[in-house]
Amino acid sequence: MTYRRRDALSGYLFIAPQLAGIVLFVLVPLVLVVYYSFHEWNVLAGTFTFVGLDNVEKLFTDPRLGSVLTATAVFSVGLVVFNLTLALVLAVLLNRRWRGITAFRTIFFSPVVVSLVAWTIVWGFLLQDNGGINGLLAMIGIDGPNWLREGPTAMLSVIVVQVFKNVGLNMVLFLAALQGVPRELQEAARVDGANDRQIFGRVVLPLISPTILLTLIITIVGSLQVYAQIAVLTQGGPGISTTVLVYYLVQQAFDFHHFGYGSALALLLFLIVLVLTIAQWQLRKRWVFYEN
Amino acid sequence: MRSAKPLTAAALLAATAFVATACAGGPAPEAEPAEDIDLRMTVWTSNEDHLALFDSIAEEYMADHPEIASITFDPLPFDDYTSTVTTQVAGGNAPDLAWILENSAPDFVSSGALLPLNEVLEGTEGYDFDDLAPSATALWESDGALLAYPFSTSPFVVFANDDLLAAAGQPTSAQLQADGAWTWEDVSRIGAAVNDSTGKAGFVIRDFDYLNWDYLSTVWNGWGAAPWSEDGSTCTFDDEEMVEAFEFLHDAAFTSQSMPGPGTTADFFAGESAFTVTQISRANLLADGGFAWNLLPLPEGPVGDYSVTGQAGIGVMSQGENTAAAAEFLAFFTNPENAEKLAAYFPPPRTSLLNAETLAAANPLLTEEQIESVVVPGIENGEVRPSHTDSAEIGQQVRASLDDLWVAGADIPAVLEGTCAAIEPLL
Repeated sequence: MTYRRRDALSGYLFIAPQLAGIVLFVLVPLVLVVYYSFHEWNVLAGTFTFVGLDNVEKLFTDPRLGSVLTATAVFSVGLVVFNLTLALVLAVLLNRRWRGITAFRTIFFSPVVVSLVAWTIVWGFLLQDNGGINGLLAMIGIDGPNWLREGPTAMLSVIVVQVFKNVGLNMVLFLAALQGVPRELQEAARVDGANDRQIFGRVVLPLISPTILLTLIITIVGSLQVYAQIAVLTQGGPGISTTVLVYYLVQQAFDFHHFGYGSALALLLFLIVLVLTIAQWQLRKRWVFYEN
Repeated sequence: MRSAKPLTAAALLAATAFVATACAGGPAPEAEPAEDIDLRMTVWTSNEDHLALFDSIAEEYMADHPEIASITFDPLPFDDYTSTVTTQVAGGNAPDLAWILENSAPDFVSSGALLPLNEVLEGTEGYDFDDLAPSATALWESDGALLAYPFSTSPFVVFANDDLLAAAGQPTSAQLQADGAWTWEDVSRIGAAVNDSTGKAGFVIRDFDYLNWDYLSTVWNGWGAAPWSEDGSTCTFDDEEMVEAFEFLHDAAFTSQSMPGPGTTADFFAGESAFTVTQISRANLLADGGFAWNLLPLPEGPVGDYSVTGQAGIGVMSQGENTAAAAEFLAFFTNPENAEKLAAYFPPPRTSLLNAETLAAANPLLTEEQIESVVVPGIENGEVRPSHTDSAEIGQQVRASLDDLWVAGADIPAVLEGTCAAIEPLL
């Protein structure tokens, strides 16, 4: 065996465990989902029938899918706007050399490492009609809404719970990016007469735009995969106002035993994520600086 | 740049091989093993006392059956119980025996997922198959075959907090009953008075939470209402009786406030409400010396006395690996002697065990009088909570429709008509 071949073989051996994981847990499920989407699977009866494109056609005739996609879009847009804005504001505030700033950074980051379900259950109690949030509002004379039982506030509640859960992660990424912005550039802008707002908008933001792109992609993809928060807080209600695509997919496949249609919904989700990610990647050329 | 073709080819080859194996139908079913049999039964309880009792019965069985290597009771979370069992079946890991909840019984019974049990139960010496109460087995039968043993038939009852009633200046629950004032209207009137004077809740339908609507059958059955016709083919949510039952509930939640509204919780067992409707097995939540309490049957509705039960069955999964051995173990697990032991926690379907003596031993907190007047009639006459094929999908549709009803000023008949429109295609 030549040196070159030995070199290649050892390389493949090194990546073999990772490759096996990707094949088993990514590629195979992906292929199976496509395969199942062409079938109707009655698990209890043990029947597995080829139905062609029936499940794909059902996507176009399902009367609930429109509302589900709307709820998914509202959740994603709300999450991205709230999360990235708050993360950036926090990062700017915590990018100072104040006394005890490390403690504040830890406090804002700590929800990221808390169990998602535990976090959501606690928020569920706080958001009850007679819960902690309305108790606080009552102290200042405000009669709070029944947060999880009314359509608009239910969606807002789910978004806010998710924002507070994960804002710390984006905050840390922004913090790292801000600390990488050369101080001399900001000082040069100041010497040229720029004020704080101009420095932030014209110097800092362009320099951290690759990080903004990264957090945008991560947050959008994450928002399209939200499940536990919906299951714990609203169960998709009131009505189906908070039934997002993944929640609907799991319901169809595992609760209603429509594994074929659930697979078709999973393919739809895959396509949405793919299209959005490609679109963002292409759009980066317009607003991401220092991108080769 | 070097080509990624070898990697891609390897990945696709592996994926294709895996899919081909998974989808090719596999080899013909193998004969069931005759020795070293491992049995697994899924259960929703993780109560240590329950599991210890199950284990002791299993050990006794294994002592006489050397072919059985192990019997495992696999507790699954209650909320996702049925989905988890079906996912296990889909993954080729079907349990040998499964505990099945009443709301999914029609799906399991009608699909062929369960092994018919008559032959093995009737053929087991000393089993006394005819002792099983017909009212208990009805839900689990199809074309004359019994497909699951009605393991637990637990009546819904009312617990009353007499201390809270006294604090609100109201008569005790026993007094109410003695005065013939044990109707839903009375419960709501007194509940409203309790709420008004103490700030605590009047009555709570436990586990309903404005989501699990089928618990409301404990109320609407008193109006003679039902969600669908007896054969399950027609929606009856919009019938007059159901409209009246929901008008009562809506009034209790939004006008008299005798029942906590949506998004408000009150735990009877923590002393936060005057009455609660729940299953008899919840008696174990009563804290020693917490407050003076009483056990009563469901209040009378416009149609008079009635009772409702929750039920669970145990079946042998047809797709399990050891169906014959599992059926034989089930016959032992539920024979008269073991049914009496299990009655300590699970009200049995055997008529010979439906007596105050057996049930009092199982429920030391309850008096014989309470058992005779509330528990036994509840089991004997109780109507099982509503169930239907595709219960999960129907349940979700009903829940989503009824959300419009749980607001002040709701148009109740219109919402219930909408509920029927939503579920008719599924019936």
